[in-house]
Amino acid sequence: MKDKQITKTIKGIAAPLPLANVDTDVIMPKRFLITITREGLGNGTFADLRFDTAGGQRQEFILNKAPWTQASILVVGDNFGCGSSREHAVWGLRQLGIDACIGTSFAGIFYDNARKNGLALPVVSPATRDALLQFANDARAGEISIDLEKRTITAGKLSEPFEMDDATQTSLIRGCDDTLDSLDYAGAIRDFEARLNNEMRIRVFK
Amino acid sequence: MNRTLYDKLVDAHKVCDLPDGDMLIYVDFHIMNEYTSPQAFSGLDTKGLDVWRPEAHLAVVDHVNATRSSEPHDAASKLLIDNLEANCTKHGIAFYGLGDPRQGIEHVVVPEQGLVAPGMLIACGDSHTTTYGAYGALGFGIGTSEVEHVLATQTLRYKRMKTMRVTLNGETAPGVTAKDIIMKVVQVLGAGGANGFAVEFAGSAIRGLDMAGRMTVCNMAVELGARAALIAADEITESAMQGHPHSDQFAFTDETWVSDPEAVFDKEFTISGTDIEPLITWGTSPDQSVPITANVPIASDYLTPEAKAALGRSLQYMGLSEGQSIKSIKIDTAFIGSCTNSRIEDLREAAKILEGRHVATGVEAIVVPGSAMTRLKAEAEGLRAIFEAAGFEWRPEAGCSMCLAMNDDIAMDGERVASSTNRNFEGRQGRGARTHLMSPAMVAAAAVAGHLADVRDFK
Repeated sequence: MKDKQITKTIKGIAAPLPLANVDTDVIMPKRFLITITREGLGNGTFADLRFDTAGGQRQEFILNKAPWTQASILVVGDNFGCGSSREHAVWGLRQLGIDACIGTSFAGIFYDNARKNGLALPVVSPATRDALLQFANDARAGEISIDLEKRTITAGKLSEPFEMDDATQTSLIRGCDDTLDSLDYAGAIRDFEARLNNEMRIRVFK
Repeated sequence: MNRTLYDKLVDAHKVCDLPDGDMLIYVDFHIMNEYTSPQAFSGLDTKGLDVWRPEAHLAVVDHVNATRSSEPHDAASKLLIDNLEANCTKHGIAFYGLGDPRQGIEHVVVPEQGLVAPGMLIACGDSHTTTYGAYGALGFGIGTSEVEHVLATQTLRYKRMKTMRVTLNGETAPGVTAKDIIMKVVQVLGAGGANGFAVEFAGSAIRGLDMAGRMTVCNMAVELGARAALIAADEITESAMQGHPHSDQFAFTDETWVSDPEAVFDKEFTISGTDIEPLITWGTSPDQSVPITANVPIASDYLTPEAKAALGRSLQYMGLSEGQSIKSIKIDTAFIGSCTNSRIEDLREAAKILEGRHVATGVEAIVVPGSAMTRLKAEAEGLRAIFEAAGFEWRPEAGCSMCLAMNDDIAMDGERVASSTNRNFEGRQGRGARTHLMSPAMVAAAAVAGHLADVRDFK
């Protein structure tokens, strides 16, 4: 393992974002995608929800209101991150300071993108999500704590389990670089390739 | 003999299990575009890595390029396009750029070039890679970090998904297309209804589709949350594989790439194909659709306060009222294009409606063929003449264009678009733009009528 960091607990103020089916076009509008770097996406995150067309802050949007301007956790609606595969959505959330989104379900590509960038996506039951939404809605409620090792979320008196597959949990805690780690298996990949028949070895010549 | 097609595909590509519960899965073919790959190439550079097998990748320019001309419309899009070409040149990867006769929307180009066959595993930094399931191939979208992973290792870290079969029985009625079939499935199962599942489509209404129709179905399966969509290979698949530049690379084995008769799926759904009507989305999620003959939903159609609130939010964005007749909705723009519906078959269906008719006054109508080859074929068949006589603008270049408005085809705030595309998300076609999804023939009908219209009224 080429570990970068060890993160066992994520702690912070949580903002409620109860809308269902929040798609990656909403998380990162396309005008921010015309870029060849991963940087500079913090301002693009939820841009159409955070800012009006003149660039002014929309005061009604939760992340523009204290104390949620400091939020590092989002409690989200069903099927968060659906739509486009753009990893820019996850990069932007991270650059906005978001460490975790707690929800009942996430789109598959978004889920995998999140893991690659240290964004935790604990999956909870609808009842737990609703309780956490209520907690997050209270400006005086305080912080939520996500224990990645024990797979437990603590919010005030509430302590509830969450689901996360082992590989994602390991990756988040250790901050793995999957590309470098997978190259440890170069021998197995070569063995697999040696068994491929000619028809499965695609050749896209110029 | 009780494996699903999905499990056969995963088993055939498994390199090894990993200690943390993932597996490494081998990627036969990897496709890239200009907007989700730059950071993957720079990741290779940072880590000092090479591309594992350059001949197994193809890069196509499609998302940001203008379709009015073969020149980039601005410096930012030119930077992305030039960056992709430079990366491909550096690593020896095939590149179909602007002006290349093979260029077009990646998921239109690949089948056209004969680069997909049953049994393949195809990854691409684009969610609509599910399209290749139409061929009995396992195709799925990946993020940029995974693009880097495939480039460096020719594999991905993978978790086996659960399986779902959606059976569409019966025969669809005249005027009902593959687009309506998949929109119906999305409406019934919901926008996240297949999260965590690989979905196999089966039944006579699916078997009766040509390959273009099957691609439309598998393409939009991602709007269910399906990470993979599959249709068993059959004689239609076999014949669709013939006659392309790369056809000689692949042999067809139809016994292999189907689910075994005794295979058990984790979930099963059955939908009557016979009852499907031409559908229109009224809201801002692909599952918010009704038949063209219906009205916009009303709050009492929904049970929970959240659902009522979601309805209100969608209607406010869309500028519609509860209970309004769908056919009363006037449009500003008609757009035919996208990886869902820009193939020659789609253009033929739309042209049938447009022949001898004209776009309504005040409606801007645009058609962007899915690839340069599709455009030339359509022109040779006389379709361009039909579109242009009807008042459609025929775009000389191919690309995603107004489907996601990453080029200069951006709908204005409040502009209402009848669209043959795949997503009606808020802001998808432009900030404040209002998208109604439908089949290409329905877009043509709406363009002529000036409002959403029933293709069955256009004999």
